[in-house]
Amino acid sequence: MEHAEGQQHPLGVYFKIWGLLFVLSGLSYMVDFLEVQGYLRWTLIIVFMLLKAGLIISVFMHMMWERLALIYAILLPPLLLVTFIGLMAVEANYIFWTRLIFGASS
Amino acid sequence: MSSQAISDTPEQIEGWDGVVDDFATEEEAFKQVPWGKSMMWIFLLSDTFIFSCFLIGYMAVRMTTTVPWPPASEIFALTIAGEHVPLLLIAIMTFILITSSGTMALAVNFGYRRDRKTTFWLMLVTALLGASFVGMQAFEWTKLITEEGIRPWGNEFGAAQFGATFFMITGFHGMHVTAGVIYLLVVAFRVRRGKYEHTDYEIVEITGLYWHFVDLVWVFIFAFYYLW
Repeated sequence: MEHAEGQQHPLGVYFKIWGLLFVLSGLSYMVDFLEVQGYLRWTLIIVFMLLKAGLIISVFMHMMWERLALIYAILLPPLLLVTFIGLMAVEANYIFWTRLIFGASS
Repeated sequence: MSSQAISDTPEQIEGWDGVVDDFATEEEAFKQVPWGKSMMWIFLLSDTFIFSCFLIGYMAVRMTTTVPWPPASEIFALTIAGEHVPLLLIAIMTFILITSSGTMALAVNFGYRRDRKTTFWLMLVTALLGASFVGMQAFEWTKLITEEGIRPWGNEFGAAQFGATFFMITGFHGMHVTAGVIYLLVVAFRVRRGKYEHTDYEIVEITGLYWHFVDLVWVFIFAFYYLW
């Protein structure tokens, strides 16, 4: 049972993920270098970002080998942020149009 | 789990029933997780909310401004041998941080093998890479302030909020990296001294969690601030 002697995994796993992170970082840099624009740019940025974040959390931080109780306790609360982002986006949109209509210059 | 599992290890239920069971028993909720590790995870969860607040604040001011946002790709470009390369320094910083995350992951592994010497050197390399990241950030800030004239209250390229959010977010992240370097060095030298010989070396994993988190935050800053 792996937990008895802590989080001990074969080194190969780390090297593979390390390589993948390099490739994904290279790809997200290429998005800027090749000047991809518009929705494709935003989609690619977010996809590469989430893949990198997922690999770091699940493998480097060993989350995929933890017990489900810890996974839920740590990974569920950040979902609240989705609501927060939504609220702030609505609010920011409102401020933006107010500024445009009333001619504020900032 | 093999049938020869250690007898004092209680039977553990897997899946959703396991979650309910873990939280319902009158013991610790996170079974077989060292308390320091649970505490580090909870700290990182709170830190996630802090960085999220910064990034959401950045989103809000960027959406509300009626002035064009400065071209980040151009501002962070470097000219190498007459060649104009966009975002070069940031790309190098990103690769350095990923490399340091890799050496840290290896350090955790060698820690659990009780290989003190290798763990010490891997952690030292991680700390040095972290320090070089902070050094490059200092270079980046200097260039931005002295050459590009970017200030927290304004700049020549567009929206004034660019400087405010930039110095706030990267500054707070740089502070985390600096704290991480000190943390790594302290733990690394203690590992070499044998201070943790009576433990299972979970301290190296806990330090690693913090370090990987710093890398994780950079992934988001890189995507939303530099690339967007």
